[in-house]
Amino acid sequence: MNMLRIATAGSVDDGKSTLIGRLLYDSKSLFDDQLSAIEAVSSARGDDYTDLSLLTDGLRAEREQGITIDVAYRYFSTPRRKFIVADTPGHTQYTRNMITGASTADLALVLADARKGLVEQSRRHALLCTLLGVRHLVLCVNKMDLVDFSQAQFEELRAEFTDYTAEIGARDVTVIPVSALRGDNVVHPSPNMPWYDGPALLAHLENVPATSVTDSLGARLPVQYVIRPQSTRVTDHRSYAGQMAAGVLRTGDEVLVLPSRATTRITRINSPSGSVPEARPPMSVTVELADEFDISRGDLLCHPHDTPVVSQELQALVCWMNESQVLDPTQKYAVKHTTRTARAMVRQLGYRLDINTLREEPAKSLAVNEIGSVRLRTTVPLTFDSYRRNRTMGGFILIDESTNRTVGAGIVT
Amino acid sequence: MPTSVDRDTPRAIPAVDVEHLAALEAEAIFILREVVAESERPALLFSGGKDSIVMLHLAQKAFAPARIPFPLVHVDTGHNFTEVLELRDKLTAELEAQLIVGSVQEAIDSGLVAEPDSGMRNAIQTPVLLQTIERHRLTALFGGARRDEEKARAKERVVSFRDDFGQWNPKSQRPELWSLYNSRIRPGESIRVFPLSNWTELDIWHYIQREDIELPALYYAHERSVVNRDGMLFAVHEHLPVRPGEEPYIAQVRYRTIGDTSCTAAVGSGATTAAAVIQEILTTRLTERGATRGDDRVSDSAMEDRKREGYF
Repeated sequence: MNMLRIATAGSVDDGKSTLIGRLLYDSKSLFDDQLSAIEAVSSARGDDYTDLSLLTDGLRAEREQGITIDVAYRYFSTPRRKFIVADTPGHTQYTRNMITGASTADLALVLADARKGLVEQSRRHALLCTLLGVRHLVLCVNKMDLVDFSQAQFEELRAEFTDYTAEIGARDVTVIPVSALRGDNVVHPSPNMPWYDGPALLAHLENVPATSVTDSLGARLPVQYVIRPQSTRVTDHRSYAGQMAAGVLRTGDEVLVLPSRATTRITRINSPSGSVPEARPPMSVTVELADEFDISRGDLLCHPHDTPVVSQELQALVCWMNESQVLDPTQKYAVKHTTRTARAMVRQLGYRLDINTLREEPAKSLAVNEIGSVRLRTTVPLTFDSYRRNRTMGGFILIDESTNRTVGAGIVT
Repeated sequence: MPTSVDRDTPRAIPAVDVEHLAALEAEAIFILREVVAESERPALLFSGGKDSIVMLHLAQKAFAPARIPFPLVHVDTGHNFTEVLELRDKLTAELEAQLIVGSVQEAIDSGLVAEPDSGMRNAIQTPVLLQTIERHRLTALFGGARRDEEKARAKERVVSFRDDFGQWNPKSQRPELWSLYNSRIRPGESIRVFPLSNWTELDIWHYIQREDIELPALYYAHERSVVNRDGMLFAVHEHLPVRPGEEPYIAQVRYRTIGDTSCTAAVGSGATTAAAVIQEILTTRLTERGATRGDDRVSDSAMEDRKREGYF
C-alpha cells in the first residue's frame, strides 16, 4: 500500500510542530477555515507571522504554553502518496505519548536545533524509534536560518547523528538541513543552501520505500473472538475472528492451534466482503475449521511447520512509562500481548540502557522513561516471535492492575 | 517569513486507493471485535449521520452471521431531521438491533437540563448522554468520530478513557501502543472507542460508494428554503425561525454533516450521487465542520471543552 506513517521526534522547541505545519501548508494540504482559524489565534496573540505549529497543537493547554503535550494525528496526501503524521511531544515528561506515535510509524522525523547540536532527548528518541522498529530515520537539522545556513554546522551534526545511529543499529538514516519556519528544504528545495544536493524533505518522504510486514514469518492469526450465532436463522455456525498478523492462510490449509497443539483444517475463510481463498495482513477475517475444538480468544492459528515460541518465560526490553512507581521485580502486572491478557511477574532485571553511552548498566529497578532488559514469567503461555521479525507478534504492554494505567511497553528480544 | 497565507493555488488532489480502504475497514473491524471481547456492556452511539451509519455497517460485518452484539444509543435532541429518524428505525428493524433512546426533551421536562436561549440543544446533549450511560450501565461506547474532523479529536486515542464523571482528561491519556488497546475500567468508569479514527471524510465517502450504503437523502443535493447566517446556509425549520432582516430563499443544497437541525448548516451543492459528492469534496476548500457546524464556532476550543465534559 502506498501509505507512509510518520512520527516526529526530538527535543522541546526543536520545531517539530512547526515543521509539520510547514509541510501541510507548503504541500497545499490545508483547508481555508483551518488557516483562518490559526491566523486569527496568531494575530490575537500578537505574533509577527502565522504560527504554523497551531495546526497540530490543538489543545488549549498546548496553545497557552506553546508546547506539544500529546500526539496529534494529521492526514494528508500528495499525488504520489498518502501520509499519516503523528506529531509527538518533545518533553521528557511526555515520552509515553511520543512512544504511542512511534509504535506504528514507518519513518521518524528526528529534529535537532542547528545551534544546539544533538541533545540527550534527540538521542533518546532516535534510540526509542529504532528499538520500536521504525525503519527509516530522517534527521532534520532545523533552524538553519539561525546559523546562516552554515554547511560546517550541518556537517558536524550529521557526523554526530550518523555515528550514534550506526551504534544503535538504525539501518536507513538520512540527514536534511531545513528551516521549518521559513520553509527551506521542507517542500521546496532551498536556494539558501547551494552546498546541499540531496532532496527536500517532502521529496524524500514520497520516495522512501513503504514498510511491508516482515514476509519471512509464517502465518499467524491470533484469535480475537468466537462467532457463534444464538439464533434460529443461522444454525451450526462457528467461526474464529482475527486480524492476520503475518503470512498467508488458505482454504484447505492444515493449521495448528496454539497453545493446545491441536491440528485441524481450514474449511472456509470469510472476509468483510464474503468468502475468500486466502488471508494475509492486514485483513480482518473469520475462519471456519473442520473440527470442533475448544478454541478461544488469545489462542493462535499457524501452520504446523512454522510456529512461534510458546512459553511462560520471555526475555524483553521494556520502556517504563509510570511516573509514580518504578518497575520493580517484586511487582506483578497484567500483560497484554496479541489478543491474550495474562498476569506477569518480573523474574529478573538484566540491565538498564544508558541513552548516551549505550552502555548496559546493572539495575535494581526501572524509573520512568528508562529502558531495561527484563525477564518475565506469565501465568499462562504466550505465543510470540521476536519483535524484530514482527511488531504484532513481539510487542506487548504492561498494565498496573491497581490503577489500570498502561505503564510499560515491551518488545520481545 | 509566511506573513500571510497564499490561497490562490489549489490543494493537492489525492487518488482513490482500494487497498487503503480495505486496510481501514480491517482496522475498524479489529477494534470493534477487541472491545466487544473485552467489555461487559458495549453500545454504539448512533446519531443517524454518515459516520455512525458506516459504523453500523462495519459492526454488522464484524459479527456476521451473528447479530450485532450490542445496542444502539441515540441521543434524541427533539430537533432531528425526520429523514434521519426514519432511516434509524428502518436500519434497526432490518438488523434486529436493540435501540436505546436518550431524550433531551424528557431531560428538559424533568429539570435535568434547561433549554438554552440560543435554541441550540447541542450542549445539553451531554448530560443526557451521561445519564443514559449510567442508567444502562454501559461500559464502552463506540462512536464514529474521526481524527481529521477537528483539532481536539486529532488528539484522542482510539480507546479513550472516561472517569466516573464521564470526563476526558486530554493531559493524561493512556499510552496506546501498536494495536494493543487498554480497555480496563473500574465500576462507574467507561471508555469511548473510535474505530474510524484514521478515516478521512473522503475515505468515508469512498467506502459509502464501494459498499453502496444507504444514507438519509439529506446528504445529497435537494431544494430547500434556507437563510444565510454567517456564511452558513441554515434550513428554515420549526426550530430555526427566520430572524428579523433575514431573507429566506430556495437553494439547491446538501448536508455535509448532520447533527441537530438547530446547529447544522447545509452547503450549496448539485451532487446527487456518492461519486458526485466525492468530486465535490476533492475540490472543496473548507473542512466539513468548518463549513457546517454552528456548535464549533462558539470558541476556538469549543470541541475540547465539550469533550472534557463527556461529549463525543
